[in-house]
Amino acid sequence: MSALYLLVGFSLLIALVFLAAFFWAMRNGQYEDTYTPALRVLFDGRKSAKPSKEIVP
Amino acid sequence: MNIKVLPAQAKSCFHCGVDCLDRVLASDDKCFCCNGCQTVYDILRANDLEDYYALEDRPGTSPKERAGRKGEFAYLDDAQVERMLLDGDVQGAVQQVRLRLPQIHCASCVWLLESLDRLDAGVVRAEVDFMRRELAVGFAAERTSLRRLVELLASLGYEPEITLGGAATNKKRLGGDALVRKVGVAGFCFGNAMLFSLPEYLAGPEGVAVEWKRFFCWANLLLALPVLFYSAADYLAAGWRGLSKWIISIEVPIALGIVALFGRSAYEIFAGVGSGYMDSFTGLLFFLLLGKVFQRRTFDALSFDRDYRSYFPLAATVREGAAERSVPVAELVPGQCIFVRHGELIPADSRLRSPWVRIDYSYVTGEAEPVAAVRGETLHAGGRVCGLAAEMEISKEVSQSQLARLWDHPAFRKKRGSEFEQRVNAFSKYFTGAVLAIATLAALYWAGSDARMAVHVFTSVLIIACPCALALSTPFALGTALGILARSGLFLKNAQIIEQLTHIDTIVFDKTGTLTRARDNEIGYEGTALAESEREGLAAVLRNSAHPLSRSLLQGLAAVGDGVVSDFEEVPGRGLRARVGAAEVMAGSREWVGEAGQGADPRLPGAQVHVAVDGDYRGFFRLGNVYRQGIGPVLEALGERYRLLLLSGDNDREREKLSAFFAVDDMRFGQSPTDKLEFVGTLPTSGHNALMVGDGLNDAGALQASAVGIAVSENTSVFSPACDGILQAEHLQRLPRFLRFATGANRIVVASMVLSLLYNAVGLSFAVQGALSPLVSAILMPLSSISVMAFATGATRLAARYTGVER
Repeated sequence: MSALYLLVGFSLLIALVFLAAFFWAMRNGQYEDTYTPALRVLFDGRKSAKPSKEIVP
Repeated sequence: MNIKVLPAQAKSCFHCGVDCLDRVLASDDKCFCCNGCQTVYDILRANDLEDYYALEDRPGTSPKERAGRKGEFAYLDDAQVERMLLDGDVQGAVQQVRLRLPQIHCASCVWLLESLDRLDAGVVRAEVDFMRRELAVGFAAERTSLRRLVELLASLGYEPEITLGGAATNKKRLGGDALVRKVGVAGFCFGNAMLFSLPEYLAGPEGVAVEWKRFFCWANLLLALPVLFYSAADYLAAGWRGLSKWIISIEVPIALGIVALFGRSAYEIFAGVGSGYMDSFTGLLFFLLLGKVFQRRTFDALSFDRDYRSYFPLAATVREGAAERSVPVAELVPGQCIFVRHGELIPADSRLRSPWVRIDYSYVTGEAEPVAAVRGETLHAGGRVCGLAAEMEISKEVSQSQLARLWDHPAFRKKRGSEFEQRVNAFSKYFTGAVLAIATLAALYWAGSDARMAVHVFTSVLIIACPCALALSTPFALGTALGILARSGLFLKNAQIIEQLTHIDTIVFDKTGTLTRARDNEIGYEGTALAESEREGLAAVLRNSAHPLSRSLLQGLAAVGDGVVSDFEEVPGRGLRARVGAAEVMAGSREWVGEAGQGADPRLPGAQVHVAVDGDYRGFFRLGNVYRQGIGPVLEALGERYRLLLLSGDNDREREKLSAFFAVDDMRFGQSPTDKLEFVGTLPTSGHNALMVGDGLNDAGALQASAVGIAVSENTSVFSPACDGILQAEHLQRLPRFLRFATGANRIVVASMVLSLLYNAVGLSFAVQGALSPLVSAILMPLSSISVMAFATGATRLAARYTGVER
């Protein structure tokens, strides 16, 4: 039964990792703009992904 | 006349989708409405960015509105101006800037702007925030400049909105939000504490082994600590402030409940006499904070606190002898000579040096037509120069101008407290007293037989009486209402505005831009009919004039007007004269065109443009205001329940039309911004609660002085003056419904408060008997919170459907 102590400790630890991830995401500005990233999906495969070297003036 | 017929599809511009009425330019089998659109297309094609047109159909914004004047953005080269705009934290040689581009409207915009590095090699990073209509650009300072970036954007039809007020707020915001972090911590602890409490609740009569019970209790205590010291800190501080100053607000009983809950649980765990209520404690804080988050709905793209600085340019062109340089407007001093071009705002009160100029004061005063000024006359800040550029001498600093002083009025500093808050706080006094009385009485009752039981009952009463559900009813009902209203086109600054809307008994309207559409005119013609060639000739002449009447009339004529014009002459305040082909065309005031006494009656409503061809008087065009669609029924509906007032900065030409809706005494014309402010300011003294509905800067004072000020805006991402709410112009006709819905939402708040008090009563009956076990508390607390939340949200949605705000 004493394995349970270990398991409870682990479960808390894992939950803490998620809490830390939430804090990181907030600090990183992931919740700042929740709309534009959804639009960027539409650009997949468009040319802007690889910037061209030559610039036509 | 020979007209080239094009297929219907080809008639709308490939770039911006506007119908190509005037002329059709073709390139690559594609049609464009103007040179500007074609230029953008050519730039994009040359740089292999044609995907812009593939993502969305006709996504462009025509850059034709702005005449690409050379050196327009020269002021951005100024080091001082640059410093105001660029983000402070410069990483090496890379500069950061945030620009507001109100034109952003679709996925193509985002794609093109984020591909900016292909049009300017200096761009390191470009990121769009769609909801805020912002573009964040990182650029290498040695390869490009802010000015070049802005010029590039403007040439693509995305001219950044660079204003004096914006410069301060455009800088990067720091991510993160304390309240959300507190909810995160509380939620984490709540979830885990609940898991640790479950074994005991589920164990049945034989219970959990003692060692396990103690282990889980200590784990719960550990989890409760961050909630007490971090998440609950604000409540505890507010409760303490209230107690020490003897101002009993809703926070006091909440803080009492929190302390009692934690203290009692900690005691039980330390003493080993029970398992505590840590799951209820963490849950309580989680729900309380959730309510706070819910109420605080923000509309990223909108700003409710704009003052005159948001309209003003960042810099002005100062002339010193023959040299010109850009100076930030905040540093302009009296005596300096500035040069203001067509379409630019006058930044400070000044004296005109040019012979004459025409100025459009419609933002400041609401006058629909521009006025002419001559040398030496005083020009007021906020006016827009039309037609010719003008030179003027600053007579007052920017902050001292008549317009800016409007913001010094006390009306702009008032703080409005929430009425519910006041009511709840007044109620809290009795509530706290009653709770303490019940707790003491119950404790005294038990004290004789069982001292431990007395303490138990005392704390139980404090715990269960904690008005958590009460504190949740307002945020959830009004928070939901805010969201519903926003989806229907009315964006309110905060939830308190909904409460205030229910007490409105008077509605004050502005005319220009609110009841009428600001830029459109209704055009009628009286006189001898003009031949097709004469109309074309007139259009050709009008094309050369920047006067707003000329522009409006040209739009209404629906003629091409590409004839060759010679001997063009324009006399301010009078009219135009020019030759088109063989004919001489005159257009303008009655005195300018015809003999006195000829033509129309000057008392007729609407501005008039009289026309003569070859000295022969033909007739006149009448330009009247165009009222918004369906405005009549709306005014009638509102008139049944409210007193309606009209405050217009314009003249009283429309008095007769409007008298159908407003009492004669309730219409005031020719009102200056200060007149409006003062008039609205007197309404409360006669016992009226006024809702002001206005648009421009001229209403800014009245919007503040009224109980609730709502700004009507054609495009919410452009600008509106400081106000309590922004209403999308096309939804103005739903105003009566919005007002009914606000009343409904307020009733729901009261109902959910009653519901939450019922829960408190049930809980108290357990508590005074000493029967408040952790299990009862663990069920009752979340149950009351969640059911009040569900009731408040659900009932508000029903009310929205019932009042027709939302289907």
